Amino acid sequence: MLRDYAFILIFSAIALSVPILGLSIAWLLRPKKPGKIKNATYECGLETFGETWVQFKVQYYIYALIFVIFDIETVFLYPWAVAYNKLGLFALVEMFIFIAILVVGLLYAWRTDALEWV
Amino acid sequence: MITQIAFIGIALLTLAGAIGVVLARSVFVSALFLILSFVGVSGIYVLLEAPFLAGVQLLVYVGAVAVLIIFAVMLTRDMMSEETPFLNRQWGCGGVMAAVLFVLLLLIGFIADWPVSSAKPPEDTISALGEALMGKYVLPFEVASVFLLVALIGAIVVARER
Repeated sequence: MLRDYAFILIFSAIALSVPILGLSIAWLLRPKKPGKIKNATYECGLETFGETWVQFKVQYYIYALIFVIFDIETVFLYPWAVAYNKLGLFALVEMFIFIAILVVGLLYAWRTDALEWV
Repeated sequence: MITQIAFIGIALLTLAGAIGVVLARSVFVSALFLILSFVGVSGIYVLLEAPFLAGVQLLVYVGAVAVLIIFAVMLTRDMMSEETPFLNRQWGCGGVMAAVLFVLLLLIGFIADWPVSSAKPPEDTISALGEALMGKYVLPFEVASVFLLVALIGAIVVARER
């Protein structure tokens, strides 16, 4: 089983080496003539004005929380789906109850306009 | 042998991430280091032949909890740009607590009798988990959904009233 994960290791090693190799070869080969325009943050587009590190709206947090809830729902759904053929009707009903309880939460979020972007 | 090398590498990655969390001056960078540490923990699950837990670790901790932490940092005023000093007024108290916890964990590590099973790890953990969730542990499973519902509604109520 562990042998299968060797591919992930090899994949991450190659994925890491591609940008490192590319950037270091470019660094070795390129002539170094920095200029004021060359060192600008953007090649095209506008320079930003004002603070970039601002306080964000609380709405993002609600979205993230709802995402977490349904992320964890997926965690429960997955073993159920894998074992589905061995389970009977009872398990199907159980899963419907599980999802129905969570849908109540989604309906609540919807009804209270928590999903509205203000 | 290869597993041993992989374990040392993954453990070093996890510890490096954890040390980065503590040493980073900006809370935002700390959160990024925390993600690195989470990824390392998921690698340890893979080495323990618990692929489902490894997947859950990636999905929930790296995917969701890390996003929550980063959002929490971004929502807090001046949290992102300001570099926090290493020591504040409570450094003595915190230091004592950390030392006590460290000694306790060391003691447990050395004193506890760690049983080693000679049985092979189960081949198909996910299917067995699904059957257990639907059979023996069906009540905790449904209670979990109620918990999630309470968390969702509670979060909306807290976030909406200002």
